[in-house]
Amino acid sequence: MHAPPVAALRVRNLRKSYKDVTAVDGLDLEVRTSECFGLLGPNGAGKTTTIEICEGLTQPDSGEVEVLGLRWSSDAGRLRQRLGIQLQDTQLSEKLTVLETVRLFRSFFHQGPDASTVIGQVQLDEKQHARVGALSGGQKQRLALACALVGDPDLLFLDEPTTGLDPQARRQLWDLIDQFKLAGKSIILTTHYMDEAQRLCERVAIIDHGRVIALGTPRELIASIGVRHLVEFTGHAAGELDVSTVQRIDGVRDVHSENGTVRLQVTELHRAVPALLEELGRQGVALTELRTHSATLEDVFVALTGRHLRDE
Amino acid sequence: MNDRRAIADRLRTEAPVPRTSSEHPLGQLTLVRIREFIREPEALFWALFFPVLLSAGLGVAFRNRPSEVLKIATSTPPLADALRNERLLDVQQLSGSDAERALQTGQIALLAEATPDGTVVYRYDETNPEGRAARMLADDAVQRAGGRADPVRAADRLMREPGSRYIDFLIPGLVGMGIMGNSVWLLGFAITDARRRKLMKRIVATPMPRPYYLLSFLLFRMMLLVVEVGVPVSFGVLVFGVPLRGSLLILSGLCVLGSLAFSALGLLVASRARTIEAVSGLANLVMVPMWIVSGVFFSAQRFPDAVQPVIKALPLTALIDALRANMLQGAGVAQIARESGTLGVWLVVCFALALKVFRWR
Repeated sequence: MHAPPVAALRVRNLRKSYKDVTAVDGLDLEVRTSECFGLLGPNGAGKTTTIEICEGLTQPDSGEVEVLGLRWSSDAGRLRQRLGIQLQDTQLSEKLTVLETVRLFRSFFHQGPDASTVIGQVQLDEKQHARVGALSGGQKQRLALACALVGDPDLLFLDEPTTGLDPQARRQLWDLIDQFKLAGKSIILTTHYMDEAQRLCERVAIIDHGRVIALGTPRELIASIGVRHLVEFTGHAAGELDVSTVQRIDGVRDVHSENGTVRLQVTELHRAVPALLEELGRQGVALTELRTHSATLEDVFVALTGRHLRDE
Repeated sequence: MNDRRAIADRLRTEAPVPRTSSEHPLGQLTLVRIREFIREPEALFWALFFPVLLSAGLGVAFRNRPSEVLKIATSTPPLADALRNERLLDVQQLSGSDAERALQTGQIALLAEATPDGTVVYRYDETNPEGRAARMLADDAVQRAGGRADPVRAADRLMREPGSRYIDFLIPGLVGMGIMGNSVWLLGFAITDARRRKLMKRIVATPMPRPYYLLSFLLFRMMLLVVEVGVPVSFGVLVFGVPLRGSLLILSGLCVLGSLAFSALGLLVASRARTIEAVSGLANLVMVPMWIVSGVFFSAQRFPDAVQPVIKALPLTALIDALRANMLQGAGVAQIARESGTLGVWLVVCFALALKVFRWR
């Protein structure tokens, strides 16, 4: 096995603008071999443009891109043989069967497993003679994954692989991606689901307005905002709550009140929550809802930008 | 880490499988074309059975009937006897008012009446060819019955030869129209649909050599051509006795050249369109004028002389003229050189232009 010590992907100072929009604005990335790397960001952050430039489908305005140590300008042919690509919302031909579709894609590559092996890997054996038009959303997405895997790629690009799928289909696809991680392949995936990035990726780059605004393992990123937990409550007369008293509770970092819902960032849950309940009782606020959760990448994004990932 | 390696190695050594021709990308792409086509029943109908139905329908409607018999009437019994000597007249004897009504409603082409002074009066619409023909035939019959002798002897020789009938004119027209329609629609729809579904972008992201993608359409067109020309021509020959006077090799060559030229036109039409609506509009814009002026159903000579050079430069006119010359007059290569040249120019220009502006995503 050849394992040269090159990065799977290296991007420096990448820029791309369309007519009046700057999609990618000086982006740097380095993805290591055998790592699953996530590009996390809201719609329109520049994730797809970035990934399509790396896939050789879009020409950047400026910047350097090195994929598997090769460059698109000089090694496009060799590079295509070594990449597995799944694009956002490709509709494969509905009149072909699963097997015919995978055989078509297999024929484009010099090497790789045969079509039925790949169909087995994505658990579509029973559907191999079914028309693509008759597949469910999750099955179509697994077929798209199969088409990305037929060339036995060294690097796999997955652009929003689970967008629009129901929770069960998403989990099934995550399990499949796990298997390929085990096979030592490098994976780059984009997503706007923070749970997906947290579940699959060793490292994550958070992207906003075409730039990397944070980079690290999910754990590091969450630790970086210095908040372990979040508490959220609503209640009668919560709107008139004297926020300053809540702010002074031990372990509460930040209080944010909006439309009758109050959000607290909390470092020590076991001390902050009893004190909070006591304070609410003193002020006569009747709770209707109280929730706590550990900080996620979503909270990292909110902390960094003041916006939510899925805000349109 | 060892586990990882083991799995990775297993995945890596699973193939390579020896490649047969069906594993070749061009073979696979062509198979896709065939499958997508035969799994679309409407496409089969329009491409193959519609021309047969059309030629059958038109062939029957315009078949050469035993000469037209003209309906006339008279209210005078002796006149009726005289008129009945003419085979081409269907003579009815009607009362005055009935005859009047029949003439006014166009049921008869002419009304013959004898006046008391011996004059025969023909009443008919002189702007109607049937009326004029009936006038001549009726007068001829009346004069002969009256004892006229013709000073010059005349004889008729009737022309009903294959090759000069409407159906003979029509079949090459339909073949040409079919080649144009099928080429432009096939490439126009399939390419735009692949682009709309982002399937083209996905395929371009693989190592597939791009010319294979376009070549697969041309290969499929050649296969379809055998059926799409073979069916209406065989139908014409077997059912209506349409002649095939020229070399079949030249006929095949013409169909291939025509198919390539119109495929290039289809490629150009589809080169940038992103929606089916856009490509349909463009394809109709290109094809409808040719359906009208290129002589599919009636001779292009009917258009004014001033526009003839333009009409002759159109690819459908060139193809249909050459097909007719080959099938009906047995023209050789030299006689269809101009038409072939026209098709060749369209092929090269459209193809070069299409490749230049083609949107691969």
